[in-house]
Amino acid sequence: MSTIQSVAGQVEQHPDVALVERVRAGDISAYDTLVRKYERQVFRIAQHITQNREDAEDVMQDAFLKAYEKLDQFQGNSKFYTWLVRIAVNESLMRLRKRRTGKVVSIDEDLKTEEGSVPRDFADWAPDPEQNYNQSELAEILRKTIQGLPQGFRVVFVLRDVDGLSTEETAEALGLSVPAVKSRLLRARLQLRERLSRYFGRKAAPAPAQEKRS
Amino acid sequence: MTCTEFLKILDDVIDESIAAETRTEIETHLRKCGHCEVVLNTTRKTIEIYRCHEIYELPTDVSERLHTKIMERCKKSK
Repeated sequence: MSTIQSVAGQVEQHPDVALVERVRAGDISAYDTLVRKYERQVFRIAQHITQNREDAEDVMQDAFLKAYEKLDQFQGNSKFYTWLVRIAVNESLMRLRKRRTGKVVSIDEDLKTEEGSVPRDFADWAPDPEQNYNQSELAEILRKTIQGLPQGFRVVFVLRDVDGLSTEETAEALGLSVPAVKSRLLRARLQLRERLSRYFGRKAAPAPAQEKRS
Repeated sequence: MTCTEFLKILDDVIDESIAAETRTEIETHLRKCGHCEVVLNTTRKTIEIYRCHEIYELPTDVSERLHTKIMERCKKSK
Protein backbone atom coordinates (compact mmCIF):
# COMPACT_ATOMS: atom_id res chain seq x y z
CA MET A 1 0.00 0.00 0.00
CA SER A 2 1.08 3.55 -0.66
CA THR A 3 2.82 5.14 2.26
CA ILE A 4 4.29 8.49 3.23
CA GLN A 5 7.22 9.06 5.51
CA SER A 6 6.45 11.07 8.62
CA VAL A 7 8.90 13.58 10.10
CA ALA A 8 9.70 11.17 12.91
CA GLY A 9 10.69 8.56 10.35
CA GLN A 10 7.69 6.37 11.03
CA VAL A 11 5.84 5.05 8.02
CA GLU A 12 2.35 6.48 7.83
CA GLN A 13 -0.46 5.52 5.54
CA HIS A 14 -1.71 8.12 3.05
CA PRO A 15 -5.31 8.97 4.10
CA ASP A 16 -6.59 7.95 0.64
CA VAL A 17 -5.43 4.38 1.21
CA ALA A 18 -7.93 3.86 4.01
CA LEU A 19 -10.70 5.34 1.84
CA VAL A 20 -9.79 3.06 -1.08
CA GLU A 21 -9.86 0.06 1.23
CA ARG A 22 -13.28 1.02 2.51
CA VAL A 23 -14.58 1.34 -1.07
CA ARG A 24 -13.17 -2.09 -1.88
CA ALA A 25 -14.99 -3.45 1.14
CA GLY A 26 -18.24 -2.12 -0.35
CA ASP A 27 -18.58 1.25 1.39
CA ILE A 28 -19.56 3.58 -1.47
CA SER A 29 -19.72 6.61 0.84
CA ALA A 30 -15.91 6.43 1.02
CA TYR A 31 -15.81 6.84 -2.75
CA ASP A 32 -18.10 9.84 -2.41
CA THR A 33 -15.41 11.38 -0.18
CA LEU A 34 -12.67 10.67 -2.76
CA VAL A 35 -14.75 12.17 -5.57
CA ARG A 36 -15.39 15.34 -3.55
CA LYS A 37 -11.73 15.60 -2.70
CA TYR A 38 -10.49 15.45 -6.28
CA GLU A 39 -13.34 16.47 -8.60
CA ARG A 40 -12.11 20.03 -9.10
CA GLN A 41 -8.60 18.93 -9.98
CA VAL A 42 -9.84 16.27 -12.39
CA PHE A 43 -12.14 18.79 -14.02
CA ARG A 44 -9.25 21.25 -14.35
CA ILE A 45 -6.95 18.72 -16.03
CA ALA A 46 -9.72 17.64 -18.40
CA GLN A 47 -10.49 21.25 -19.27
CA HIS A 48 -6.81 22.01 -19.94
CA ILE A 49 -6.50 19.05 -22.30
CA THR A 50 -9.84 19.15 -24.11
CA GLN A 51 -10.22 22.96 -23.95
CA ASN A 52 -13.95 22.39 -24.02
CA ARG A 53 -16.26 22.66 -21.03
CA GLU A 54 -18.78 20.04 -22.10
CA ASP A 55 -16.01 17.54 -22.84
CA ALA A 56 -14.35 18.29 -19.52
CA GLU A 57 -17.60 17.59 -17.66
CA ASP A 58 -18.01 14.28 -19.51
CA VAL A 59 -14.37 13.33 -18.93
CA MET A 60 -14.71 14.07 -15.24
CA GLN A 61 -17.68 11.71 -14.95
CA ASP A 62 -16.12 8.99 -17.07
CA ALA A 63 -12.79 9.16 -15.25
CA PHE A 64 -14.35 8.72 -11.81
CA LEU A 65 -16.56 5.92 -13.05
CA LYS A 66 -13.62 4.14 -14.67
CA ALA A 67 -11.49 4.57 -11.54
CA TYR A 68 -14.32 3.08 -9.48
CA GLU A 69 -14.69 0.11 -11.81
CA LYS A 70 -10.95 -0.49 -11.96
CA LEU A 71 -10.25 0.10 -8.29
CA ASP A 72 -9.20 -3.54 -7.84
CA GLN A 73 -6.34 -2.86 -10.25
CA PHE A 74 -5.02 0.00 -8.15
CA GLN A 75 -1.87 -1.48 -6.63
CA GLY A 76 -1.07 1.26 -4.21
CA ASN A 77 2.48 1.67 -5.54
CA SER A 78 1.53 5.22 -6.40
CA LYS A 79 -0.81 7.70 -4.78
CA PHE A 80 -4.47 7.27 -5.59
CA TYR A 81 -4.54 10.79 -7.03
CA THR A 82 -1.66 10.10 -9.45
CA TRP A 83 -3.42 6.94 -10.60
CA LEU A 84 -6.68 8.88 -11.02
CA VAL A 85 -4.98 11.63 -13.04
CA ARG A 86 -3.56 9.05 -15.40
CA ILE A 87 -7.08 7.78 -16.06
CA ALA A 88 -8.38 11.34 -16.51
CA VAL A 89 -5.58 12.20 -18.97
CA ASN A 90 -6.33 9.09 -21.04
CA GLU A 91 -10.06 9.83 -21.02
CA SER A 92 -9.36 13.41 -22.11
CA LEU A 93 -7.15 12.27 -24.99
CA MET A 94 -9.80 9.77 -26.07
CA ARG A 95 -12.36 12.53 -26.09
CA LEU A 96 -10.11 14.71 -28.25
CA ARG A 97 -9.55 11.82 -30.62
CA LYS A 98 -13.31 11.46 -31.04
CA ARG A 99 -13.65 15.15 -31.81
CA ARG A 100 -10.86 15.04 -34.32
CA THR A 101 -12.51 12.03 -35.94
CA GLY A 102 -9.99 9.38 -35.13
CA LYS A 103 -6.82 11.42 -35.49
CA VAL A 104 -4.18 10.08 -33.11
CA VAL A 105 -3.81 12.43 -30.19
CA SER A 106 -1.05 11.99 -27.67
CA ILE A 107 0.66 14.03 -25.03
CA ASP A 108 3.74 14.10 -27.32
CA GLU A 109 2.01 16.16 -29.97
CA ASP A 110 3.14 19.61 -31.11
CA LEU A 111 6.44 19.72 -29.29
CA LYS A 112 8.69 20.69 -32.16
CA THR A 113 8.49 24.36 -31.32
CA GLU A 114 11.53 25.98 -29.77
CA GLU A 115 9.53 29.12 -29.07
CA GLY A 116 10.16 30.65 -25.70
CA SER A 117 13.02 28.37 -24.69
CA VAL A 118 15.31 31.39 -24.64
CA PRO A 119 13.98 34.44 -22.77
CA ARG A 120 13.70 37.62 -24.85
CA ASP A 121 11.66 39.94 -22.69
CA PHE A 122 13.64 41.30 -19.75
CA ALA A 123 11.27 43.99 -18.58
CA ASP A 124 10.60 43.60 -14.88
CA TRP A 125 7.00 43.29 -13.75
CA ALA A 126 5.18 45.73 -11.54
CA PRO A 127 4.76 44.50 -7.97
CA ASP A 128 1.48 42.54 -7.88
CA PRO A 129 0.89 43.05 -11.63
CA GLU A 130 -2.41 41.18 -11.46
CA GLN A 131 -3.87 44.10 -9.48
CA ASN A 132 -4.06 46.06 -12.74
CA TYR A 133 -6.82 43.78 -14.02
CA ASN A 134 -10.16 42.82 -12.59
CA GLN A 135 -10.90 39.18 -11.79
CA SER A 136 -12.52 38.29 -15.12
CA GLU A 137 -9.93 40.16 -17.23
CA LEU A 138 -7.17 38.37 -15.37
CA ALA A 139 -8.80 34.96 -15.79
CA GLU A 140 -9.17 35.67 -19.52
CA ILE A 141 -5.49 36.65 -19.83
CA LEU A 142 -4.37 33.55 -17.93
CA ARG A 143 -6.65 31.27 -19.98
CA LYS A 144 -5.62 32.74 -23.33
CA THR A 145 -1.96 32.57 -22.40
CA ILE A 146 -1.91 28.96 -21.26
CA GLN A 147 -4.13 27.83 -24.13
CA GLY A 148 -1.46 29.04 -26.54
CA LEU A 149 1.02 26.52 -25.17
CA PRO A 150 1.46 23.13 -26.84
CA GLN A 151 -0.70 20.58 -25.03
CA GLY A 152 2.28 18.53 -23.83
CA PHE A 153 3.72 21.59 -22.08
CA ARG A 154 0.42 22.80 -20.71
CA VAL A 155 -0.43 19.54 -18.96
CA VAL A 156 3.02 19.19 -17.40
CA PHE A 157 2.82 22.75 -16.07
CA VAL A 158 -0.67 22.23 -14.62
CA LEU A 159 0.18 18.96 -12.89
CA ARG A 160 3.54 20.07 -11.59
CA ASP A 161 3.01 23.74 -10.75
CA VAL A 162 -0.72 24.19 -10.23
CA ASP A 163 -1.60 20.78 -8.79
CA GLY A 164 1.69 20.40 -6.96
CA LEU A 165 2.57 16.86 -8.09
CA SER A 166 6.25 15.96 -7.91
CA THR A 167 8.29 15.52 -11.10
CA GLU A 168 8.15 11.74 -10.61
CA GLU A 169 4.38 11.73 -10.03
CA THR A 170 3.84 13.94 -13.10
CA ALA A 171 5.95 11.54 -15.17
CA GLU A 172 3.94 8.60 -13.90
CA ALA A 173 0.57 10.28 -14.48
CA LEU A 174 1.49 11.18 -18.06
CA GLY A 175 3.49 8.08 -18.93
CA LEU A 176 6.56 10.21 -19.64
CA SER A 177 10.17 9.92 -18.51
CA VAL A 178 11.44 12.19 -15.72
CA PRO A 179 13.86 14.04 -18.09
CA ALA A 180 10.97 14.64 -20.51
CA VAL A 181 8.88 16.16 -17.71
CA LYS A 182 11.79 18.35 -16.62
CA SER A 183 12.49 19.65 -20.09
CA ARG A 184 8.83 20.39 -20.77
CA LEU A 185 8.36 22.09 -17.43
CA LEU A 186 11.23 24.50 -18.04
CA ARG A 187 9.96 25.38 -21.49
CA ALA A 188 6.37 25.72 -20.29
CA ARG A 189 7.38 28.05 -17.47
CA LEU A 190 9.54 30.17 -19.78
CA GLN A 191 6.92 30.40 -22.50
CA LEU A 192 4.22 31.41 -20.03
CA ARG A 193 6.52 34.00 -18.45
CA GLU A 194 7.36 35.43 -21.86
CA ARG A 195 3.71 35.65 -22.88
CA LEU A 196 2.57 37.13 -19.57
CA SER A 197 5.31 39.78 -19.82
CA ARG A 198 3.22 41.38 -22.56
CA TYR A 199 0.56 42.12 -19.96
CA PHE A 200 2.55 42.49 -16.77
CA GLY A 201 5.91 43.90 -17.93
CA ARG A 202 6.82 47.45 -17.11
CA LYS A 203 7.92 49.35 -20.17
CA ALA A 204 11.48 49.44 -18.91
CA ALA A 205 14.31 51.59 -20.27
CA PRO A 206 16.89 49.63 -22.32
CA ALA A 207 19.14 47.59 -20.05
CA PRO A 208 22.54 49.06 -19.25
CA ALA A 209 25.50 47.70 -21.25
CA GLN A 210 26.96 45.70 -18.34
CA GLU A 211 23.72 43.76 -18.10
CA LYS A 212 24.15 42.21 -21.52
CA ARG A 213 23.64 38.48 -21.45
CA SER A 214 26.72 36.30 -21.29
CA MET B 1 28.38 31.15 -14.28
CA THR B 2 26.96 32.27 -17.65
CA CYS B 3 23.33 33.12 -18.41
CA THR B 4 23.01 29.89 -20.41
CA GLU B 5 24.25 27.87 -17.46
CA PHE B 6 21.86 29.70 -15.14
CA LEU B 7 18.96 29.05 -17.48
CA LYS B 8 19.72 25.33 -17.49
CA ILE B 9 19.23 25.13 -13.73
CA LEU B 10 16.45 27.71 -13.50
CA ASP B 11 13.87 25.04 -12.57
CA ASP B 12 16.07 23.71 -9.79
CA VAL B 13 16.55 27.24 -8.48
CA ILE B 14 12.78 27.80 -8.49
CA ASP B 15 12.12 24.41 -6.89
CA GLU B 16 14.89 25.07 -4.36
CA SER B 17 16.74 21.86 -5.13
CA ILE B 18 20.19 23.37 -5.50
CA ALA B 19 23.38 22.22 -3.79
CA ALA B 20 24.87 24.73 -1.33
CA GLU B 21 28.05 25.29 -3.36
CA THR B 22 26.08 26.09 -6.54
CA ARG B 23 23.91 28.51 -4.58
CA THR B 24 26.85 30.86 -4.02
CA GLU B 25 27.67 30.82 -7.75
CA ILE B 26 24.05 31.64 -8.54
CA GLU B 27 23.93 34.52 -6.09
CA THR B 28 27.13 35.95 -7.58
CA HIS B 29 25.69 35.67 -11.08
CA LEU B 30 22.38 37.27 -10.10
CA ARG B 31 24.12 40.19 -8.43
CA LYS B 32 25.70 41.20 -11.72
CA CYS B 33 23.04 40.03 -14.21
CA GLY B 34 19.81 42.00 -14.07
CA HIS B 35 18.31 39.99 -16.94
CA CYS B 36 18.61 36.66 -15.18
CA GLU B 37 17.28 38.18 -11.99
CA VAL B 38 14.19 39.40 -13.86
CA VAL B 39 13.74 36.00 -15.54
CA LEU B 40 13.94 34.26 -12.16
CA ASN B 41 11.55 36.62 -10.38
CA THR B 42 8.98 36.80 -13.16
CA THR B 43 9.03 33.02 -13.70
CA ARG B 44 8.38 32.58 -9.99
CA LYS B 45 5.55 35.10 -10.24
CA THR B 46 4.12 33.29 -13.29
CA ILE B 47 3.83 30.09 -11.28
CA GLU B 48 2.37 31.91 -8.29
CA ILE B 49 -0.29 33.64 -10.39
CA TYR B 50 -1.43 30.38 -11.99
CA ARG B 51 -1.43 28.67 -8.62
CA CYS B 52 -3.54 31.38 -6.95
CA HIS B 53 -6.14 31.97 -9.66
CA GLU B 54 -8.52 29.21 -10.71
CA ILE B 55 -9.13 29.80 -14.40
CA TYR B 56 -11.64 27.03 -14.88
CA GLU B 57 -14.14 27.57 -12.12
CA LEU B 58 -16.56 24.78 -11.38
CA PRO B 59 -19.64 26.51 -9.94
CA THR B 60 -21.14 24.73 -6.93
CA ASP B 61 -24.42 23.87 -8.69
CA VAL B 62 -22.56 22.30 -11.64
CA SER B 63 -20.23 20.47 -9.31
CA GLU B 64 -23.20 19.12 -7.32
CA ARG B 65 -24.97 18.01 -10.50
CA LEU B 66 -21.86 16.20 -11.75
CA HIS B 67 -21.17 14.71 -8.36
CA THR B 68 -24.66 13.26 -8.14
CA LYS B 69 -24.34 11.81 -11.64
CA ILE B 70 -20.96 10.24 -10.87
CA MET B 71 -22.25 8.56 -7.74
CA GLU B 72 -25.41 7.34 -9.51
CA ARG B 73 -23.34 5.81 -12.30
CA CYS B 74 -20.97 4.17 -9.81
CA LYS B 75 -23.85 2.65 -7.84
CA LYS B 76 -25.33 1.21 -11.05
CA SER B 77 -22.02 -0.19 -12.27
CA LYS B 78 -21.59 -2.83 -9.57
